[in-house]
Amino acid sequence: MAGSILGNRVLRKEDPKFLTTGGVYVDDLNNEPLLVGALHATFVRSTVAHANILSIDISEALESPGVVAVYTAEDLGLEPVAATFNPTAKRTLLATGKVRYVGEPVAVVLTQLANQGEDAAEKVIIDYDMLDVLVDIEQAMTSTTLIYEECGSNVVFDSTALGMPDNTGDAMFADCEVVVKGRFVNQRVAPCPLEVRGSAAAWDKDGRLIQWLSTQHAQGARDAIQKSNGIELDQLRVITPDVGGGFGAKIGAYPEEMLLGVIAKKAGKPVRWTETRSESMTALGHGRAQIQYVTIGGTKAGKVTAYQMHVLQDSGAWVDIGAILAPFMTRPMASGVYDIPKIEIRTTSVATNTTPVVAYRGAGRPEATAAVERAMDMFAAEIGKDPAEVRRMNLIPKFLEPHSTAIGQTYDVGDYEESLNRVLAASDYTKLRAEQAARRASGSVKQLGIGVSVYVEITAGNSPGESAKIEITQDGRAVVYTGTSPHGQGHVTSWAMIASDTTGIPMDKIDVVWGDTDLVPKGGGTMGSRSLQQGGVAVHVAAGELVEQARKHAARLLEANEEDVIFDKAAAAFHVAGTPAVAKSWADLSIALAQDGGLVQETDYVSQGATFPFGAHVSVVEVDTETGQVKMLRHVACDDAGKVLNPLLLEGQIHGGIAQGAAQALLEEVRYDTDGNPITSNLADYAFISAAELPSFEVIHMETPTPRNPLGAKGIGESGTIGSTPAVQSAVVDALAHLGVRHIDMPTTPQRVWEEIRKHTAKGNS
Amino acid sequence: MIPAQFDLKRASSAAEAIALIGEYGDEAKLLAGGHSLIPLMKLRLAQPAMLIDIGRISDLSYIKDAGDHIAIGALTRHMDVEKSSIVLQHVPLLAHATSHVGDAQVRHRGTIGGSLAHADSASDLPATTLALGATYVVQGPHGQREIAATDFYKGFLESALAPDEMLVEIRVPKTTGGWSFQKFNRRAQDWAIVGVAAWRNGNASGVALVNMGSTPILATSVSAALASGASIAEASELAAAEAEPQSDSNASSEYRTHLAKVLVRRALEESTR
Repeated sequence: MAGSILGNRVLRKEDPKFLTTGGVYVDDLNNEPLLVGALHATFVRSTVAHANILSIDISEALESPGVVAVYTAEDLGLEPVAATFNPTAKRTLLATGKVRYVGEPVAVVLTQLANQGEDAAEKVIIDYDMLDVLVDIEQAMTSTTLIYEECGSNVVFDSTALGMPDNTGDAMFADCEVVVKGRFVNQRVAPCPLEVRGSAAAWDKDGRLIQWLSTQHAQGARDAIQKSNGIELDQLRVITPDVGGGFGAKIGAYPEEMLLGVIAKKAGKPVRWTETRSESMTALGHGRAQIQYVTIGGTKAGKVTAYQMHVLQDSGAWVDIGAILAPFMTRPMASGVYDIPKIEIRTTSVATNTTPVVAYRGAGRPEATAAVERAMDMFAAEIGKDPAEVRRMNLIPKFLEPHSTAIGQTYDVGDYEESLNRVLAASDYTKLRAEQAARRASGSVKQLGIGVSVYVEITAGNSPGESAKIEITQDGRAVVYTGTSPHGQGHVTSWAMIASDTTGIPMDKIDVVWGDTDLVPKGGGTMGSRSLQQGGVAVHVAAGELVEQARKHAARLLEANEEDVIFDKAAAAFHVAGTPAVAKSWADLSIALAQDGGLVQETDYVSQGATFPFGAHVSVVEVDTETGQVKMLRHVACDDAGKVLNPLLLEGQIHGGIAQGAAQALLEEVRYDTDGNPITSNLADYAFISAAELPSFEVIHMETPTPRNPLGAKGIGESGTIGSTPAVQSAVVDALAHLGVRHIDMPTTPQRVWEEIRKHTAKGNS
Repeated sequence: MIPAQFDLKRASSAAEAIALIGEYGDEAKLLAGGHSLIPLMKLRLAQPAMLIDIGRISDLSYIKDAGDHIAIGALTRHMDVEKSSIVLQHVPLLAHATSHVGDAQVRHRGTIGGSLAHADSASDLPATTLALGATYVVQGPHGQREIAATDFYKGFLESALAPDEMLVEIRVPKTTGGWSFQKFNRRAQDWAIVGVAAWRNGNASGVALVNMGSTPILATSVSAALASGASIAEASELAAAEAEPQSDSNASSEYRTHLAKVLVRRALEESTR
């Protein structure tokens, strides 16, 4: 489109604030009148993983400096609530009867000052009767110790119970010339948003609960908070200040957040709460946490004909969204970009005495991709062929009409081979293989590893659409109300670009409002890479409808026929054809309509279905064969997210995604000891990646627009994570392939790598 | 993440600080740059009732050329050691090892004396000063005494400092010849899984290990082997002879032992170049 701002590298409107005065997060709400005199909540958390609660003694804590009150579930009258995804499982929002993981909230302490809380919380004495602890998924599956007795099993969700077919076992591979099996651990990781969870709750003079919350989805949180407070929807307003990252873990409302209003009501004062990093590492949900039993089979020539997987999903100590990602996200995407005629996937979600598992960047799809990509590599190694070549042989050919896979998922558009071609060319794959061969021949201590992944993922799945409202103010500004909820993505910039592109109103005269349920009562939040293709499209549609509405008003004011009125986008004004001097600006129209409700357009955009971004990554690592140290040298990524709105924001998402994916492949893992004690509950012990461990990324563009929305856009928020993780992991394995190494579980720590080297070298390396 | 409640007193001289520790005894801890103690307090692994802030005692921040050695005031910040022309000229190993401590922010706040007195075997400087044959000057109510680095480290976070003493100066002999500092970690800012500080000048050498036991380890067998003509490969096989490496979430004892051998070999190769 000539003259369109869309597709340009527009700098973020948000950044001047963030780079100068800084964001205003929940904990920064110091000038909020409703929070004057607020008490500070500190949650008393279980220090044991599985135990019956015999007694809770709060008497000493009540004497601690600054303590105003200490409440248990009993004090707050909490009743058991059922898990959304398995209503048999019930818990109270503060533990009663038993605790199920270290970090579970048991009581709450209210203090005058924030820093008095932890001292007081330590003085709440909980007498526990210890129970057997289940940390390992496979042990939990068969154990007679039950985490939720009422469920009768620790298996809390199984794909077969949903009517999805069970796997048929090895019989499926009877006609395969080559069959390879693997057991892959897609380890538990911590989302680690830089802003930890926080909230503040106040009851106003009209008896309405106003709650500020660091969330990805204010409207969803509102519904949960409404229930926990036992109030009507109109008695509640949830407000989202700036949010310092979520990565999926801030989609749902947590017990602390659902209780804050209840606590404030009981205390008769507003209450503020910000968790510490150590708390966040155990009480904010975790991600991934799957064990995958994979079998892949095909011909010696390299055609894969059958793929089977049983996913064991660690649900943690609750049946949260993490329990259903395996059947609804991993399973349908399991065969990825490959044309595999026979595929069977079963998923089994299991409760353990660990932090509940929630959505985390990619949420089920990175796990699917990691499994099939590792399987492809192992299959290629088994038949002695190049992993890129075997992939090429099995890719679904380019399609521009919907394509259905054997598992029953229908993709929109795809050209997987082209994305593979582009990364192979950009990385100079042939030359990399030659250098690898030379290093192997010379016996160099620094071996080169090249990892290839090709992926397709699903974005905006199970999301019906999004609404948008655009209001023109009397000074000609546009205010865009969106149901999405930016927390780093740049929607203020993106939605202003989209609105400006259609209305001609300059970007600096466009404001974006989100996350306040009074101002935006409807909304699906930001998750699942849905925002641009639904929220952005809703703004686009609303802007178009706004222009048409305005044209009618302009015609009336100009005393002309509607079809004679021209919208001059460059001038952001309407005039009758041939007389541009007599024009009505947006401000003119808004003023004229002031008595009639103003100039407002509201649109409910109904989704035409999920979209399927795809791409290919090549990662190059160097492995020190004496120490097992892995160093990333290069990472080349081609991510096709359809039509690109703003390449700058796109690259930001890809860069962050690659970093997070590489972090899982190389470094990060939430670990527990056998008693269920977390041993990675701070950022010294949990190996959160930093820039120093990463190379400069090479991003290759490719655009295959989706026909499923008028912007042609698919999601990009999670793609980088999905493509990078297996590429990096496979690169590490590939560096040692000549020794016979076929797989190393993530994270590929130096010790793990060294152990594999030692296992595969006759005389060892020391 | 929020320390237990504590009181704080600020000392304006070493004598005042020592008097205050005498007064408060076991309840008190000296606070210098705060980059070892405060993290422990935030994790509530340390809960001193009284902190004696020595960070503003300005006459303990200096680097002097003292003839055969360099004298460094205990409250000298890491960044000042790292950038000091005196240290760079006469004990380049120390300057280089210091540049590996934490990150730039840590090095602007943390002090050499604080790091050594904290006696963490996973820290870079205890092993480095041990390899260099440093002597620590400590001051108590009855004056000063010298403790050789080899006699200073007694156990995990335990030193030869008496409860009423503080470290005031570090004396590091000038070195000539080659040197190397090898730090093996997973992330740039992490503590070493294993580290090696080494120097070599002909038959003479000093090799010390980071995080290979409850104290920094002087690898005397390696130096002895080199002195009696062993090859670097032979000597580095003895790298862990004095060590008692622990297993933790980053590395098993066996892996640490292996790493020590590889890293000592690499350090000696670099020192001999």
